[in-house]
Amino acid sequence: MATSFARPKAQELFESQKLALAYFAVAIVLFGAQLIFGLIAAYQYINPDFLLDKLPFMTNRTLHVNAMIVWLLVGLMGGVYWFLPLETGREVVGIKLAKFIWWVIVAGVTVVVLVYLFVQIGPGNAFTLWFINEGREYIEAPRWADIAIVAWVAVFLFNVIATTLAARRITGLLGVLIFDLVALGALYTAGMHYTVNVTMDQYLWWWVVHLWVEATWEVLVGVLMGWSLMYLLGTPRKLIETWLFLEVALVFGTGILGLGHHYFWIGTPEYWIGLGGFFSALEPLPLVAMVVHALYDAGAHRMHTVNRPALFWAIAQAFGNFIGAGVWGFMQTLPQINMYSHGTQLAAAHGHLAFFGAYLGTVMTLIYIAVQNVRRPVMIPLDSKYWSWAFALLILGIVGIAGSFTISGFSQTMVERAELGSTWSAFIQSYTHPWYTNTLGWRYLFAWIFVAGYLVLVYDLLTIGKRREGHAA
Amino acid sequence: MDYSWIQIAVAAIFFSAVVTLVLSRGYGWLSPTFWRNAAVVSSLVMTFILLWLTFDTADQVRPGSGRIPDWTVINYEIKLVWDAEKHRQVPAVGRETGFFGKTWTAEEAFDLINKGKMTLQSRNCMECHQILGNGAYYATDLTRAWLDPWWEERIMPLTGAKTREEAMMAWLKDPPAMPQGPRKMPNLRFSDEELVALIAFLKWMSAIDTNGFPPRFAVAQ
Repeated sequence: MATSFARPKAQELFESQKLALAYFAVAIVLFGAQLIFGLIAAYQYINPDFLLDKLPFMTNRTLHVNAMIVWLLVGLMGGVYWFLPLETGREVVGIKLAKFIWWVIVAGVTVVVLVYLFVQIGPGNAFTLWFINEGREYIEAPRWADIAIVAWVAVFLFNVIATTLAARRITGLLGVLIFDLVALGALYTAGMHYTVNVTMDQYLWWWVVHLWVEATWEVLVGVLMGWSLMYLLGTPRKLIETWLFLEVALVFGTGILGLGHHYFWIGTPEYWIGLGGFFSALEPLPLVAMVVHALYDAGAHRMHTVNRPALFWAIAQAFGNFIGAGVWGFMQTLPQINMYSHGTQLAAAHGHLAFFGAYLGTVMTLIYIAVQNVRRPVMIPLDSKYWSWAFALLILGIVGIAGSFTISGFSQTMVERAELGSTWSAFIQSYTHPWYTNTLGWRYLFAWIFVAGYLVLVYDLLTIGKRREGHAA
Repeated sequence: MDYSWIQIAVAAIFFSAVVTLVLSRGYGWLSPTFWRNAAVVSSLVMTFILLWLTFDTADQVRPGSGRIPDWTVINYEIKLVWDAEKHRQVPAVGRETGFFGKTWTAEEAFDLINKGKMTLQSRNCMECHQILGNGAYYATDLTRAWLDPWWEERIMPLTGAKTREEAMMAWLKDPPAMPQGPRKMPNLRFSDEELVALIAFLKWMSAIDTNGFPPRFAVAQ
């Protein structure tokens, strides 16, 4: 047979796959937490006095962003625990250790969230950075939690490498996965330091932030979507691996020096303006390749699949990644526009659309694949009335949110930066301008639509496959 | 550094392509082997260039190296001046003014700015403001906060402070009591010592050469 790995028999999950289910469950809960804090933050844009003393914008925003990073990472790691035994044909080595550290991490995340919520800030000393909040956007987690995260990733990496060695079989997908996870783990440590020189601080901070989301996470997603397409469509392994290598060549080939687009304005030398502009302008290339690849595979199989929700999310992932990360990123990446648009609502528009497309789409694909194997004998197609409602509402919601951010971003770029000279007064005039204030209500409305999509999604995940519907094919 | 960005970019791509082609002799460009080689080679070449540029950058951004000011810059007047050749604003250091009524030695200035940076992180400033353009987008960019005309126009009369640093200190002690615009900054319970340090950090940061960001700062006023 030309294709793929053997599909497991239903009801016979590997221990690693049971662990993956725990990962997915926690991911969905944290996704809900992300939305709660996002909603409060969106409402604070409309009514800035709301919870100013109890839960200020900065705390909501920290929790909104951190919950997102953690649940997406947990979802992606869950995907690896799901597919690893299928790829290697054996139980994951070190699964007990993996389970142990997982519950340590769940407990640790709970403590971090409680401290963010109820302590929020501390005095300006090292104690605060170690135990309350590191105060660096996206990686606010206090240093003790950083160490726990590194230990967690190290166990994960051990699981992957030891299982591959024990199976005595290295595939292209596993090779890329190991190569990528080593980089992913090592890069996180670049953010675990304190330096007074704010330029050097941000220089290395971007090694974590950019080289995670624009390089190592993208490649991880490439591996997971490769496995997913093999499962969903039975795409031949050789085709998947060739595309994956091409994507890695393009993602790392453009993304590593594309890092330079974060070095335009932080005090670093001028050559970064040219280098960053040039390589980041090429960064959408692999995303185009991923769209072509997904469409080719789906078209070649005339959309025949065992799992419609997963296939739809996989295609949405390819398009969403290209539009959110590629188009919305390219829109503001050249220094000629970035000088004016950097640090405005336009960046938030890009962030929302890119994370949704690239990572949420992937995690949803993975979760629906797992759900199928838990609920149904494998060859019976998975379908329901509700998944398409969740799919449509979530996409409508995020497009509306990102659209609103884009318009307020255009307005802010024009009024604050181009016209009025970037000062405090210019900032106030930009965010009180009707072109900006009008968008805040739209954003809030679409946020509720997104939440409605989340609720339908949770209902669907709890029920899909339990009834007899969608039994056709 | 002796190389322009174009030379670096062309060399990076050329080198990646040539090594990939040499390693892939005998394989067609559609074969997995060709793209596996391309993936490994381009990753390694780009990583190597990043590391090399990191050493060069680290050297150029040492405090006192030109782009990043010396710690003692807090003792001086700081301005932005138009550089006609570069078509952008660059920071310029003027006469000695002291800071909070004294002249700080290099060691004292370092300790102060260090304390200021820790204070900035401990209060999670980046989750509303931006620092050098990065952060959340709910409040002002702090890169040139020290140079903002608002302190002299609005906050000094409001607080009765005689100098800019005293006005900043008076306002930051209780921002909700003196709101500026609809969005309010919460009271972050700064101590006096923390505020002196934080303001020193902001003053030092305002003298970093950011290639002209944020654009046209205060030119419209």
